[in-house]
Amino acid sequence: MLKLRGRVSYRGSRDLEPRLLQVTENLKFPHALRGKRALLISHVPNQLSSIPEGFGAVLLRQESFLQDSALGVPLDSGVYVLPGDYSYLAEGDIVRLSPQTESISVIFRRRTPNNSILLTDRCNHYCLMCSQPPKNVEDSWLLEEAFELIRMLPGDTENIGFTGGEPTLYGDGFISLVAAAKANLPHTSLDVLSNGRAFANDEFAGKLASIAHPSLQVGIPLYSDDPVTHDYVVQSPGAYDETLRGILNLKRFGVRVEIRIVVHLQTLPRLVQTCEFISRNLLFVDHVALMGLEITGFTRANLDILWVDPYDYRDALSQAVNVLRTVGMNVSVYNHQLCVVNQDVEKECRQAISDWKNEYLPVCDDCEKRAKCGGFFSTQIMHKHSRHIKPFR
Amino acid sequence: MSKFRPITFYSSQPADTSAQYQLLPFRFTQLDDSRYVATNIAGEHIVLDPPTLHAFVGHKLPATDPAYITLRARHFLSDAHSRMGPDLLAIKVRTRYDKLAYWTGLHIFVLTLRCEHSCPYCQVSRQSEDKEAFDMSKQHAERAIALALSSPNPNIKIEFQGGEPFLNFDMMKFIVETASTWNTKLSRPKNLSFVAATNLAVINEEMLDFCVAYNVDISTSLDGPKDLHNKNRPRSGMDSYERTISGIKHVRQRLGRNKVNALMTTTLASLPLVKEIIDEYLSQGFNGIFLRPLSPYGFAIKTKFFRAYNAQQWLKFYDDGLDYIIELNRQGVDFREYYAATILAKMLTCQDPGYVDLMSPAGIGLGAVIYNYDGTVYASDEARMLAEMGDTTFKLGTVEDTFEKLFTNDTFLTALEESFAYSSPQCNDCAFEPWCGADPVFHWGQQQDFSGRKWESEFCQRNMHIFKGLVSRMESEPFVKNLFMRWANRC
Repeated sequence: MLKLRGRVSYRGSRDLEPRLLQVTENLKFPHALRGKRALLISHVPNQLSSIPEGFGAVLLRQESFLQDSALGVPLDSGVYVLPGDYSYLAEGDIVRLSPQTESISVIFRRRTPNNSILLTDRCNHYCLMCSQPPKNVEDSWLLEEAFELIRMLPGDTENIGFTGGEPTLYGDGFISLVAAAKANLPHTSLDVLSNGRAFANDEFAGKLASIAHPSLQVGIPLYSDDPVTHDYVVQSPGAYDETLRGILNLKRFGVRVEIRIVVHLQTLPRLVQTCEFISRNLLFVDHVALMGLEITGFTRANLDILWVDPYDYRDALSQAVNVLRTVGMNVSVYNHQLCVVNQDVEKECRQAISDWKNEYLPVCDDCEKRAKCGGFFSTQIMHKHSRHIKPFR
Repeated sequence: MSKFRPITFYSSQPADTSAQYQLLPFRFTQLDDSRYVATNIAGEHIVLDPPTLHAFVGHKLPATDPAYITLRARHFLSDAHSRMGPDLLAIKVRTRYDKLAYWTGLHIFVLTLRCEHSCPYCQVSRQSEDKEAFDMSKQHAERAIALALSSPNPNIKIEFQGGEPFLNFDMMKFIVETASTWNTKLSRPKNLSFVAATNLAVINEEMLDFCVAYNVDISTSLDGPKDLHNKNRPRSGMDSYERTISGIKHVRQRLGRNKVNALMTTTLASLPLVKEIIDEYLSQGFNGIFLRPLSPYGFAIKTKFFRAYNAQQWLKFYDDGLDYIIELNRQGVDFREYYAATILAKMLTCQDPGYVDLMSPAGIGLGAVIYNYDGTVYASDEARMLAEMGDTTFKLGTVEDTFEKLFTNDTFLTALEESFAYSSPQCNDCAFEPWCGADPVFHWGQQQDFSGRKWESEFCQRNMHIFKGLVSRMESEPFVKNLFMRWANRC
């Protein structure tokens, strides 16, 4: 698992505000633009006598660079010494550096196709298996930062995601952000993860649609055809109706919608019925994703009421996929290893785990299908995975 | 870590456990001694045992009962946990009736009554050399084309029937060319397609060239193996089978393998041969078969063909055939029964496939309209057969009339209204109404009543039996349920 945020040791002024900077390794970067760049120094060239001035920040791979070469700390930019965890940082990545808290957050990595932007930790759901447990804090600076980030991102970025928490809690602020994404990144597809409830309001759904973003998709969880089960899983009475109405409104206005179902002990008993419900009532949604558990956040606390070995529900998964496939819907299976599903759903299995938290077990080294397999969440490897992982030979 | 609430908190909030629920519109019919089928207004169904049904209807079903949860999810009941049922039902019902607004899409042109076959069950054909008497005139054809193109439906299919339509090939050419030309001049050209219903006995290269050039599909008749087919469909030389089979091969080679389909008619001689008939379709490379009973019209009645077997005999034939087809699929052969597939689409999806006999409002006029060889316009193929027997009730008018006048014909509108199954006596109480249709021509022909007395109706007997059979088969086996889901969605 890649570490994306944490403490770093910092030398420099503590008065500086946190800010977003784009990483460069070019020592001769033009002065005019240095203020918006973080200079990453991986090794100290012989001729370098002092750290170049004018950069927004300087990132050093090793603290010894400071001692060995007696490089001075520039007055106008702080120096951060990176732990080894960030060896993946590269040209063009974007980081948030916070002098007061001596911390770094890697916000955008050029090399990965799936960059998610966290907009808030607040949420009106409290899902049993939340991987990003909500916090009731005032964090609207994240939204401000997202606006800034959108202006900084390279125009050829293929895809970005907005996630939370619940991004729509910003109301019109969220709408403005999507509009800004369309204006600044017209060729970048945008995936929003939302519980959909805000779109139960026609006017709000209409506002999102009227932006006419060319490749926007809203991913919305629907955990059961049974309202009680859905409300229980998301820990919020009345959630089912608002989410359903939100999906209907978005589709009525022509916004692409993906339905996301996390398969666990609470959703499994009606998984097939839920897919039948979708096939009958929500045939017009654009994609259905059936997802395995990420063993992090609340899932770890609730593991006893959530965990079921994917191998043990492989037939139900096959039937759920079969129902959706038969009616012609687009369906994908995420986060399931090929050795724990039946062969009939291999076509639907996707490699969907973000690269920074995607791993394989040692036994997978010998597996013929490893290249096609999505593998594991790092947290699955750490805490819980199927007892039936077996290499194909 | 903060506290999570147990599911009992959500199941008891905001409704209490005594399950206060409202019934949404639904109907139920006995499936067999131990089960009922219930359907909602959108045609979704659930099979219930009598105690569960009684408790449900009596507002006594506990909210924890698995049947309760399914009934709520399928919109048979509504409670405080979800009020989405009526809205979702409305969307599904709207989807089902969506095609009605397009009006008539299928326009059947009877090019001639002449035919070189003399099938005893045929409703209309004539053995005659008299072209004047039984062929469609150019003038009538032009008027009929204008009428067809004035339908609001964006998809117009022109079907050529007879007699044997290729005996009046010149008129077929004229109509295809004229309709195609006129269509391009419309402000919004139709998606125009053609199909010819032919016995393939007289088709030649010139005709096939034409079909290739204008994308005319072929629909033919194949009653089964050689002996049966030739017995059912006599012609001089007794070579109907040979001509049909070689015609099918020829058409496939020239037009493509999906451009020819075949229809069978069940006669008394067919009854013991359902497997052989299906095997014939299989070996001729068809992907399915439409097991059809005789229609009670025309020569079929005159020659006592129709009364040669009763509904029960035909249903046994059908059941045996369907079970055999299911068995074929179990062995890995992708083959379907099209009548079942049509009904399954209505059972398992929100789409109405628009099969004329299973539409409500009735498919007559709305689903198809017939321009007869002599310029009269009928509301359906059966309507013209009834007219051949002397009953012109379903004559809409003639090709000289305007589109508006034809389709506001009083008798036609009355027949639609009176037969509309949702408000028709007995159909109104029937769980199978969403899957069924109104057939005012059949019931008028049999009972002189547009709506029909259903307990005397073979239409009703036949379809009730098939509906129950399809539900039972799905209930008994997941394999069949999955197979039927596939049929329903590729119908």
